[in-house]
Amino acid sequence: MTTYLASRLLQMVPSLFLLTVALFVLMRLGGDPVMHLAHPEASPEEIAEIRAAYGFDRPWPEQYWKQLLMMLRGDFGESFRFRSPALPLVLEKLPATMELALVSMLVALLIAIPSGLISAIYQNSPLDLAVTAISTLGRAMPNFWIGIMMILLFAVYLEWLPVSGRLETTSIVLPALTLGTSVATSLARILRSSMLEVIRQEYMTTAKAKGLHRWVVIMGHGLRNALIPFVTVFGLQMAWLLGGSVIVEEVFAWPGMGRLLLNSVKVRDLSVVMAGVCVFALVVMATNLLVDFLYTTLDPRIRYSS
Amino acid sequence: MTSSRPEASQSPWEMVDAPRRQGRRRLWRLRKSPTGLLGAVIVLCVTTVMLLAPEIVPHDPEKIDLQQRLVPPIWAEGGSGTHVLGTDQLGRDVLSRIVLGTRVSLLVGLAGVSLAMLTGVFLGVTSGFLGGWWDMLVSRALDTFLAIPFIILALAVIGVLGVKGGNNMLRLILVLGLANWVIFTRVVRGEVLAVKERDYVEAARAIGQRSWRIMLGYVLPNVMASIIVLSALQISTVIIAEASLSFLGLGVQPPTITWGIMLADGRDHLATSWWLATFPGLAITVTVLGFILWGDWLRDVLDPRLRE
Repeated sequence: MTTYLASRLLQMVPSLFLLTVALFVLMRLGGDPVMHLAHPEASPEEIAEIRAAYGFDRPWPEQYWKQLLMMLRGDFGESFRFRSPALPLVLEKLPATMELALVSMLVALLIAIPSGLISAIYQNSPLDLAVTAISTLGRAMPNFWIGIMMILLFAVYLEWLPVSGRLETTSIVLPALTLGTSVATSLARILRSSMLEVIRQEYMTTAKAKGLHRWVVIMGHGLRNALIPFVTVFGLQMAWLLGGSVIVEEVFAWPGMGRLLLNSVKVRDLSVVMAGVCVFALVVMATNLLVDFLYTTLDPRIRYSS
Repeated sequence: MTSSRPEASQSPWEMVDAPRRQGRRRLWRLRKSPTGLLGAVIVLCVTTVMLLAPEIVPHDPEKIDLQQRLVPPIWAEGGSGTHVLGTDQLGRDVLSRIVLGTRVSLLVGLAGVSLAMLTGVFLGVTSGFLGGWWDMLVSRALDTFLAIPFIILALAVIGVLGVKGGNNMLRLILVLGLANWVIFTRVVRGEVLAVKERDYVEAARAIGQRSWRIMLGYVLPNVMASIIVLSALQISTVIIAEASLSFLGLGVQPPTITWGIMLADGRDHLATSWWLATFPGLAITVTVLGFILWGDWLRDVLDPRLRE
C-alpha cells in the first residue's frame, strides 16, 4: 500500500512540472512583468534597474527555476487588487468551494444511484425510458441555465429559498441541486450500463438460486460490482464538478474560489489567477488519488502491491 | 472500414455499386432510429436557421424601441402580436435575437471543434505512431490537461490574454480548441497503437515508405471513423462551453449577439421578465440535444466501440 501511494505521488510530479512550466510561459506571454512594477513615467534606465534587481534580465530557464522555488514555497506574488499575498486569498475561499462540491456530490449520488439502479432492473420499462430521456435532456441543458430556472421557480415564484449568497443554511440548496443534477445525469447513465452488465453474470443467478431475497441479490451482489466502473467515472466527474462550480458560484453569488478566480480574470489580477489554477489542479489530482483508494474497499481483488 | 471491402465472389458491377448501396442502408438505419432521426432533423433545422438568419428574422435584432420595453410573449398577459417571444429591457425582439444568435453559437462551435480535431489528431497520430520521447511528452501533457477542468483552463488563458480588446471571437475559438484537443488525442493515440501493428503498415514499411506517408496514407484513413464520431459528439460540448464563457462575460462581447450573453442579460430581469432568460436557454438545449442525438446515432452506426 505504501509503495503504491509513493508511486502514485511520484506519477504526479511530471504533471505538476508541466503545469508550472505552462503557467510560467502563460505569465510571460501576459506581458513584461517589469511594466507592472515600474511606475508609469519611469525612464529606460530606471526600468533596466528594476529588471536587473528582480532578475528579469536573466535567461528564461533561470527565471523559471526561481519562480518554481517561489511557487513551492507558496509564494505566487501579490494581488494588486487586494494588496496582499495571492495564495492565502485563494485558500481562504477553499472551504466554501469544497462545501458546495461535497454537498453537490452527495445530491448527485442520491439521485444517480436509485435512478440508475431502477432503470437497469426494470430495463425498457416506462420508468427506464423516463430516466433515460431525462438524463439525455440533462446532458443538453447548460448547468447555469438549470440554475437560473431553479432561481425562477423556487426563489422568485414559490419564494421557498433564498436567491443567492451564503448567509443562511438553506442558501446551499439551490446551488448544490444545480451542480448535483448536472453530474447525476451522466452518473446514472454509467450505473445503468454497468449494472446491466453485472445482472447477466453467473454469480447473480447463483445468488438467486440460493434463495436470497431479491434486494439482497441486487444490493449485495449486483450494486457492489457495478460500482467499480462507476467509481472511475465518479473521479472524472469530480474534476468536471469543480470546473462547473465556477459557473454555479457566479450564478448564485456563492463566495468561493471560482468566483474569486473569475473576478480576478476580469481585472487581470494574474497572481491570484495562477494561484487559483494551481489550487484547483491540486484538488483534482488529490481527488483522483482518493478515488483510486476507494477501489480497494470495493474490490478486494485489486491490491496495490505491484 | 475494411469490412466494407466487397467480397471476391461479387461481380465487378456489384463492387462498383457497393458503396452507394451501403450509404442507402445507413440512411435506412436512421429511419429505424427515432431519436437519431429527431437529432438529424434538429441539426438540419438549426443549420438552415443559421444560414438564413438575416433573411428570416421578423424584426431588426438590434433596433432599440424603448416604448416596447419588456413586452411579454404573445400568449402571456399583456403580450403583443408583433413580438412572438416578447422584447428585452431595450425593446429589442427576443425571437430575432435568438435566431441571429444561432450564427455565433454554431460557427464558434464548429471552428472550435475543427481546431481541437486538427491539433488532437496530429498529436494523437504522431505520438502513437512514432513513440519515443515525443509520445512520452504528449502523454504527460495529456495527464496534465486532464487534471485541469476546462473552465479553469479557459480562465487561465483568458486571464493572460485579457477579456477586452483584440478579436474576442478568435480568442474564444482558440480557447475552445486548446481545451478540447485532449479527448481527440487520447482516442486517436489508442487506435493508432493498434493500427500500427497491422500487416499493411508492416508491408508499407517493408517497401520503404516514409513515416509521414504511412501515417497519412495508411494510419489516418483507418482511424477516420472515430474522428468523425468524436467530432459530432464534441460539437455539443463546445456549444455549451461557448455559451458558458459568454455568459460569464469572458467569451464574445456585446454588441455581438449570442445565447450566453442573452442569458446573462436575462438574469438581471428574472423577477419581472421570466422570458428573457428562458428562451435563449431553450434554444441552447434544443440545439445541443439535436447534436447529441445525431452524434449518438452516428456512433452506433460508424463506431460502436466508442460507446461508454
